[in-house]
Amino acid sequence: MGKGNMNEQENAMIRIHVMGKTYQVPAGLTIMDAMEYSGYRFIRGAGCRSGFCGACSTIYRREEDYRLQFALACQEMAEDGMYLVQLPFTPAPRSKYNLEEIDPSENVLLQYYPEIARCVSCNTCTKACPQDIEVMDYVQAALRGDIARTAALSFDCIQCGLCTMRCPADIKHYHMAQMARRIYGRYLSPVPNHLEERLCEIEEGVYDNELGKLMAMNKEELGIAYAARIREEAK
Amino acid sequence: MDGLTYFPGCSLKEEAKEFEISAMAVMKALGLPLIEFERWNCCGTVFSLTEDDLMHQLATIRNLIRVQENGSEEIVTLCSMCYNTLKRSSLFVNRDKERLEKINAFMDREQAYEGKVEVRHLLEVLRDRIGWDKVEEAMTHSLEGLSVAPYYGCMLLRPREVGIDDPDNPTIMQDLIEALWATPVEFPFQTECCGSYQVVDRRELIVERTHRILSSARRSGADVVITSCPLCQYNLQKTQSELKETIPTFEEMPVIYFTQLMAVALEVDSGELPSPLLAGLAIEEGVGNGER
Amino acid sequence: MARNGLEIIEGLLEKVEELSGQNVFACYQCGMCSAGCPLTDEMDLLPNQVIRGLQLRDWRTMESNAMWICASCFSCQVRCPKGVDLARLMEAMRQIYLRQQLDHVSIDDMTPEQISKLPQIALVASFRKKTG
Repeated sequence: MGKGNMNEQENAMIRIHVMGKTYQVPAGLTIMDAMEYSGYRFIRGAGCRSGFCGACSTIYRREEDYRLQFALACQEMAEDGMYLVQLPFTPAPRSKYNLEEIDPSENVLLQYYPEIARCVSCNTCTKACPQDIEVMDYVQAALRGDIARTAALSFDCIQCGLCTMRCPADIKHYHMAQMARRIYGRYLSPVPNHLEERLCEIEEGVYDNELGKLMAMNKEELGIAYAARIREEAK
Repeated sequence: MDGLTYFPGCSLKEEAKEFEISAMAVMKALGLPLIEFERWNCCGTVFSLTEDDLMHQLATIRNLIRVQENGSEEIVTLCSMCYNTLKRSSLFVNRDKERLEKINAFMDREQAYEGKVEVRHLLEVLRDRIGWDKVEEAMTHSLEGLSVAPYYGCMLLRPREVGIDDPDNPTIMQDLIEALWATPVEFPFQTECCGSYQVVDRRELIVERTHRILSSARRSGADVVITSCPLCQYNLQKTQSELKETIPTFEEMPVIYFTQLMAVALEVDSGELPSPLLAGLAIEEGVGNGER
Repeated sequence: MARNGLEIIEGLLEKVEELSGQNVFACYQCGMCSAGCPLTDEMDLLPNQVIRGLQLRDWRTMESNAMWICASCFSCQVRCPKGVDLARLMEAMRQIYLRQQLDHVSIDDMTPEQISKLPQIALVASFRKKTG
């Protein structure tokens, strides 16, 4: 990008509409920054500002678009003519369960989140997901008792709640999927034997001698040892 | 593609595993294997009966779109409820292109459904494409001496426009039973509803239905009842222990899937069978339940 | 459709016909539907009485339990000599409640233990027929 362009972009202003009022904000801001520039202050509904915490779910509409759009306010760039509003929170109760006591049978997700049986496969949840998760597919996997698939498909979920806000069947997708991942981790994922063995070895003191040597090294010696470490061949 | 595009439905992955296991084994033995297509979803189990409701057609039409994406123009189901819902939905949109256009416009991330997918039940395939004589030829363990009552229930036969046989006097399962050299037992309740989803909030009503239906089958001389519906099978099988508590004289009756009966006769994997039945079939436990 | 007053009774028949696509007045009360229905023991109105009630715009029809006992088995539908699809009328009556968020089955009151005994095919069907 040339220097002239940079200046042009810095000076350019765009219009955003927030709750019926139009504001002029500089181009190149995220939705969250643009709203803050306009004077809104986020006490809730903002968190990491890096697209990971899922606190800043937002809905917007472009002037010439019949569709409502969904995003994270800290990630999506504000555009000229956007209608913006922040969702502070999606009311969605979580079912109470004790992971150690539940029976990880195939219909366990249905037991704690029976409303998944109301899914009409409209796919509205998937369209709302800012993480591009196939949300409906994991709800369907959950309905047929495939916990592993539910866990795998929902892995990138950041619990923003947009799917749940949009669902015509009142499903609490993200809580249900979290339960699936917990059950998967606790009961279904393969146990890494080598890790357990290594932990035992560490407890038994097999590596105490080696660790002691490392602890005694100064920075220079550590650097040399690091450079000379055994590496796995790149495949 | 050598095989049938197969829609399992949710129950066949959980409650009704035996149905899928036995059907897969049987169809492989008959040279027309069932091939599950990618990314299917729950059919919704019951067809929506209101004129203005397109929302509840999405699940079924989405499945037909997946079949179309798969390059197939036919879909075969085992579950009677899936069959009924998918079939009625396909007729519903084919009769009124405006409905189809609306549904296609709503599902804007998917291919438009072209209305060409035929929905068939496995029993139809056995009757019309394979033929009862071929089924008989494939039999290696005759079921001679076994009296089998077919329980059709509702969804295979009604309404008439989707029924795979005559709604009042169906014979398709009788013909299957005869092909396996067993004795078909007609009984007056064979097409009467088991109470269906009322089991969720009116379980006592199902227990009562089970009593009537199975007692009638017993009086007619049946050793076993066959069905093609996971909900009928659940209702009729799983409420028997409750029934015995209130009516101790009630004689238990095994209720299995028609494909399990076929699997026994073809000596392929039948899935788990109730042990009283195994004695009646004169086969040892484990013989029908082949390698998984 | 509000629940009280003459207005409802006036609108009831039209609403049911609109939702079901059926002509209620095609019925001549032969009673074949009730004779074939496997669940009449539990119903406080017989299926043919439900249609009669609709013909008369009688609100009490909407208070009958028949629509909730009906399992959409279509026995009545295949037997009706006049081609009236009673299963659709029952569905339309259920929908009048369900579209006002008046659920007949309460999902929140179901415990995990209860659900663990039920197959999903029953739950999906029940929720479709009895929750809005």
